Amino acid sequence: MAADMINWGLLALEPPGWGGVLLAGLMNSIKIALGGYSLGLVLGTGGAFGKLYGGPVVRDLMEVYTTLVRAVPELVLILLLYYAGTDLLNRASAALGFGSIDISGLAAGIFVIGVVQGAYSTEVLRGAILAVPGGQIEAARAFGMSPLMIMRRVTMPAMLPHALPGLSNLWLICTKDTALLAVVGFSELTLVTRQAAGTTKAYMLFFCAAGALYLLLTLVSSLVIRLIEARARRGWSAR
Amino acid sequence: MTERAEAIAVRDLHKRFGALEVLKGISLTAREGEVIAIIGGSGSGKSTFLRCINMLEVPSSGSVAIHGEEIALRADGHGGLAPSDRRQVQRLRARLGMVFQSFNLWQHMTIIQNVIEAPVHVLGVPKAEAVARGEALLRRVGLFDKRDVYPAFLSGGQQQRAAIARALAIQPHAMLFDEPTSALDPELVGEVLGVIGDLAKEQRTMILVTHEMKFARNVASHIVFLAHGVIEEQGPPEQIFGDPKSELLRKFISSSH
Repeated sequence: MAADMINWGLLALEPPGWGGVLLAGLMNSIKIALGGYSLGLVLGTGGAFGKLYGGPVVRDLMEVYTTLVRAVPELVLILLLYYAGTDLLNRASAALGFGSIDISGLAAGIFVIGVVQGAYSTEVLRGAILAVPGGQIEAARAFGMSPLMIMRRVTMPAMLPHALPGLSNLWLICTKDTALLAVVGFSELTLVTRQAAGTTKAYMLFFCAAGALYLLLTLVSSLVIRLIEARARRGWSAR
Repeated sequence: MTERAEAIAVRDLHKRFGALEVLKGISLTAREGEVIAIIGGSGSGKSTFLRCINMLEVPSSGSVAIHGEEIALRADGHGGLAPSDRRQVQRLRARLGMVFQSFNLWQHMTIIQNVIEAPVHVLGVPKAEAVARGEALLRRVGLFDKRDVYPAFLSGGQQQRAAIARALAIQPHAMLFDEPTSALDPELVGEVLGVIGDLAKEQRTMILVTHEMKFARNVASHIVFLAHGVIEEQGPPEQIFGDPKSELLRKFISSSH
């Protein structure tokens, strides 16, 4: 088995090589991961504050959300939200007399990943907020800050160092969860890899190439996470 | 002698935590320029009393007025009280400089950022002006060279001096000190008491909860001895320490030497 058995030309960026397609798939994966993760953070922040400071109704709603989403396998959720969700949306729009609407795969993917991520980040952020020493918030109250200002100026930045390890973990999971969208036919990295491999029969080459791309994404992410963490922990002494 | 204005006036203040009544009807007036030291054993309710003045604890009954303006309270529906106007409370708090036992500096901000935070974001002072004033205050408490350092890198005494600068930065009508030296190592107590002593000499209105009897005697114009949730005895320092009337106070003074 010599190295020349591998047809590296298949990875060329221009057709007949599949390299360009793979990179486009990676870009789609990154777009979905970024979008879904951001949506998840927004949902998670709302969820965490809702769970901690909301009234009984809000709290129960958040509890139902996090429990349900975390109980159902993500693949099932994706199939459910994607097919049932678009179906529901189409019916609603038809009922209102707008006719069927075309939902872009990207928007649907971001929504699905965001809802899943939101449930997990709710718990990460809730724990981080609880870890902020009460005195920090009490001092903010004593100096006349409003609840909203306390959240913005004190609670959020003070909880960040506690939240980052959990949030970085969620980001890495998120980048790989994008692969699940292959089942609904969205052209992210995993789906295009399967197409390339199926067409050329070079399974080993393409799946290894995809693996390398996922690894690269993770390595770059780790570097960025390290920078963010160093900045968030700047007020923490070495002890 | 002309009567000075009332900076803080508390009337018949009660505070219950469940079935436990911690404060059983306390009335106290701090006139401008007065330094009132509140002493008493642990569990006597002195910290709770101080925290009721700026509504960190909401009294169960009674009233608090800052500069003649009474804090509006209403029934909270559970047998207690709640502030009826959050903005009023925030506005009054913004002129009461509080210093905590455990400093409570914001850990994610440098010392100068801590000092300018409330002036800039609560009082709306332009940033350049707040920084200039903040630096002057830091110089005054001997921390100018630490202006860009984060609190976790300072000693307890330095952190507490920074916290005092933070409280001064809002140009407070009155200052509230909640056992400011109790969390400090003995060798660091002196530097903090020195700063507070200087403030007392400037005739700032201060209410000071403390365990430092000698210090209270030296700086306070009026001493209040709390025991079991009531004012057991009060008066000028010479009288309280030189000629205590109540048995509890006599015991307290002799045990704290």
